[in-house]
Amino acid sequence: MQQVATTLESKTGTPLFTERDWDFNLLSRVYGAIEQIADGELGLDIYPNQIEVITSEQMLDAYASTGMPLFYKHWSFGKHFVRNETLYRKGWQGLAYEIVINSSPCIVYIMEENSATMQTLVLAHAAFGHNHFFKNNYCFQQWTDASSILDYLAFAKTYVAACEDRYGQDNVEKVLDAAHALMSHGIHRYPGKHPLDLKSEQRRQDERRAFAEQHFSDLWRTLPKTADGPKRDLDAERRRQLLGLPEENLLYFLEKNAPRLAPWQRELIRIVRQIAQYFYPQRQTKVMNEGCATFSHYRIMTRLHESGQITDGSYLEFLHSHTSVVFQPEYDDPRYSGINPYALGFAMMEDIERIATTPTAEDRAFFPDIAGCGDAYGVLRDAWANYRDESFILQFLSPAVIRKQRLFRLVDDADDDDIVVASIHDENGYRAVRQSLSRQFDVGRQDPDIQVADVDLAGDRKLILHHNVVDGIKLDGKDTAKVLQHLANLWGYDVKLLEIDGGDTIATHDGSPTQAFR
Amino acid sequence: MHIIDRRPDPGGKSLANRQRFMRRARALVKKAVQEASGARKIREVDDGGAVTIPADGVHEPSFHSGQGGGVRDYVLPGNKKFVSGDRIERPKQGGGSGSEGSADGEGEDGFRFVLSRDEFLELFLEDLELPNLAKRQVLGDAVEKRHPAGFQTSGPPSSLSVGRTMRRSLSRRIALRRPNPRELEALRNQLAELEGEMGETDRILALKVEIERQERRARVIPFIDPVDLRYRRIEVTPEPIARAAMFCLMDVSASMDEHMKDLAKRFFSLLYLFLTRRYRQVEIIFIRHTHEAKEVDEETFFYSRESGGTVISSALTEMARIAKERFPADQWNIYAAQASDGDNLSSDNARSVAMLRELILPMTQHYAYLQVGRADFERDDGVFARQETTLWRAYQELLRPNLPMAMRKVNDRRDIYPVFRELFERRDEPAEMR
Repeated sequence: MQQVATTLESKTGTPLFTERDWDFNLLSRVYGAIEQIADGELGLDIYPNQIEVITSEQMLDAYASTGMPLFYKHWSFGKHFVRNETLYRKGWQGLAYEIVINSSPCIVYIMEENSATMQTLVLAHAAFGHNHFFKNNYCFQQWTDASSILDYLAFAKTYVAACEDRYGQDNVEKVLDAAHALMSHGIHRYPGKHPLDLKSEQRRQDERRAFAEQHFSDLWRTLPKTADGPKRDLDAERRRQLLGLPEENLLYFLEKNAPRLAPWQRELIRIVRQIAQYFYPQRQTKVMNEGCATFSHYRIMTRLHESGQITDGSYLEFLHSHTSVVFQPEYDDPRYSGINPYALGFAMMEDIERIATTPTAEDRAFFPDIAGCGDAYGVLRDAWANYRDESFILQFLSPAVIRKQRLFRLVDDADDDDIVVASIHDENGYRAVRQSLSRQFDVGRQDPDIQVADVDLAGDRKLILHHNVVDGIKLDGKDTAKVLQHLANLWGYDVKLLEIDGGDTIATHDGSPTQAFR
Repeated sequence: MHIIDRRPDPGGKSLANRQRFMRRARALVKKAVQEASGARKIREVDDGGAVTIPADGVHEPSFHSGQGGGVRDYVLPGNKKFVSGDRIERPKQGGGSGSEGSADGEGEDGFRFVLSRDEFLELFLEDLELPNLAKRQVLGDAVEKRHPAGFQTSGPPSSLSVGRTMRRSLSRRIALRRPNPRELEALRNQLAELEGEMGETDRILALKVEIERQERRARVIPFIDPVDLRYRRIEVTPEPIARAAMFCLMDVSASMDEHMKDLAKRFFSLLYLFLTRRYRQVEIIFIRHTHEAKEVDEETFFYSRESGGTVISSALTEMARIAKERFPADQWNIYAAQASDGDNLSSDNARSVAMLRELILPMTQHYAYLQVGRADFERDDGVFARQETTLWRAYQELLRPNLPMAMRKVNDRRDIYPVFRELFERRDEPAEMR
């Protein structure tokens, strides 16, 4: 049987499979066929793959721990598990066909229930599309270390378990609850400034002294001293500087500066922070990541079909699943629940391919760099590597896609009686729609901008936070109070959050610790 | 590229998280379980199932933008009729894009999930304890009975089943055509005969080859192979502590209406459920009575109609008889639950009480009397206190501290569970009065 199969494979134009069932040999052959296209034609560059076949039960388990194969234990994962389980058992929600993890080797979970066609699709989508994106996109390169994440999670799991044994489940849970509440604000968004080492510090001082010597002029001495310059509270400024304020990474600030935390509590906060940081690039690149994977699987499946390696029937099965993935309900459709990242990403990437090969005059005006350049996959690979959702949309959303999706922009000003249609898919609107959509996918705008502004460690130790209000949108009061409660518990003293809009404080929230951690 | 089959891996990776969640939401879940059990058919109580708890209790807060206010700017797909500058009336309730806030499903009012049967029962019967465990203490927990339960492929040599092993060996030998010693002997004799006669050398040679072949076969195929071995399997059952007999006594005379029967049934079901959690083996005996008592099956017990007067002692006599015949008190834990509307033939009360005191209570672990009332019964907070039934008064006089007996009144389906809990609540003194 094995013999027959290998001879069949070498003959092009013979389908890899005709049945629904699959086995491990078939998976390897399918993988080989996909690899030829992905490598030869699309030029994808991937981490080695580790494909794991799992049951639906195990898929539910994976869901609960955000897909990671191992994770520390916490009740909130149990909550997500029971919800997904209920939805699944009642038939209200299907399970994903795969889960892929940004690690090296790249772990791809595939479900045993999938048909042979679906396994082919899943391999093309996850093992090649997502994998290429993880390896090459700058956000992932900058912020995650794919080769060590599994080891770190293993460490986190054993560390949390050890803390539970040593300090009790309840105490660990309190810290984790509080840290989870601040997780969205436990991220370094920019690399930040590192303190100089001694050598650079000296070099800088030498340079400055040399500069001062070169430009020395005795005349400066004769200028009268300004008596009433801007008065500055040097103490406060120095205090803030010492603590590295303002600081937008709240978990980092607490880990380093909260006065009453024990070392193991700081380490727990650090674990939550590291994991939040690991997932941050995924939040920034939903459209691109899914678009890259969807575009890749579409190309690969089409090519397999063209070369006769999958049958017409399989191709139709694939198209059925593909079209439901990239379906974008319109805004007035009851199924509408926001912009589908698969649909937008796929549409934009197909359009980039079109612009690169058969551009119109409009495309030439909008995209002079890439229009008609001929190397569509080269342009796409460059985009996949160097953009995130926000910049990708701002750069590549073409008038053709805006027209096709019939995108329009609304402005909802609470002071106005009506909602205004600001721009639509026409000559005057393309740029405004594009900019607005790009902002919509900017994680930096989705999360409110909250920073630690000041704390008087010598005084009452009250922690002052600022929320820089954008567009007059305030925080949700109920949740903010709860999060501040957690924050105060970690900090150990009172906290105060000011919502500041253009220099004016428009709202304040307070929190006091109820249970100081021991 | 590697392919790894994870399917055989042990499942239940989320079990620990699930338990943590249950622990966290315990109070909420417990309340939901009790409410759910009221709405559910009594037979389905132990199936487990979906419960809904308020989402607030297990909410995970985060900093995020509020619903109304400010200037919001967003892009939607599928424009049909708008041109720029159009004004749309704001939808009621703030509008907004709707995609914020509940992306995680947190916006729901209730959090709905499915409990397993064990989780459900554990919460349902939490803090309940069987009263009067004297018998268990006297006999100890470790009374066990060993009885044969088939055969197994491994075990100590002492439990080797020779008959079974030989039977398997024989069938294997036949199947593999191992030469029988007699056949071999016959061949050898034949050879000796031929050699003695100095017969044809061809035949002698053929015979020799044949004999050698058979001998080799006999060597290669063992007489008893390890695969033949069979050992006796012994199962150990705790005895008799872990078994209980539950007597359900019910008045089915005309004065008992459907509502009352339903109440009784719910109570019996709860008791059964409770006993099955505590004992490995629970027998139920249904005794229904009018002026005469009969042991019946469950269907007849609850659904068939009967008319006649009410003589409770008849049921007690029947119970005593059955217990004596089939459930001797030194081997069984006997529980009895009696449901009645309290209308007994007045001349029978004294006799019933005497029977209870002398015959029934000494052998039972616990005797529960449930007086079921009409659905339209007004609570006795009126001007005139309601007259107690004669049976109630008679039983009440019987009650002593230390007597394994309890009695309660129930009028509404809602009260069944609280009353049940009250009866079996973990407490120090074995019985109490009311």
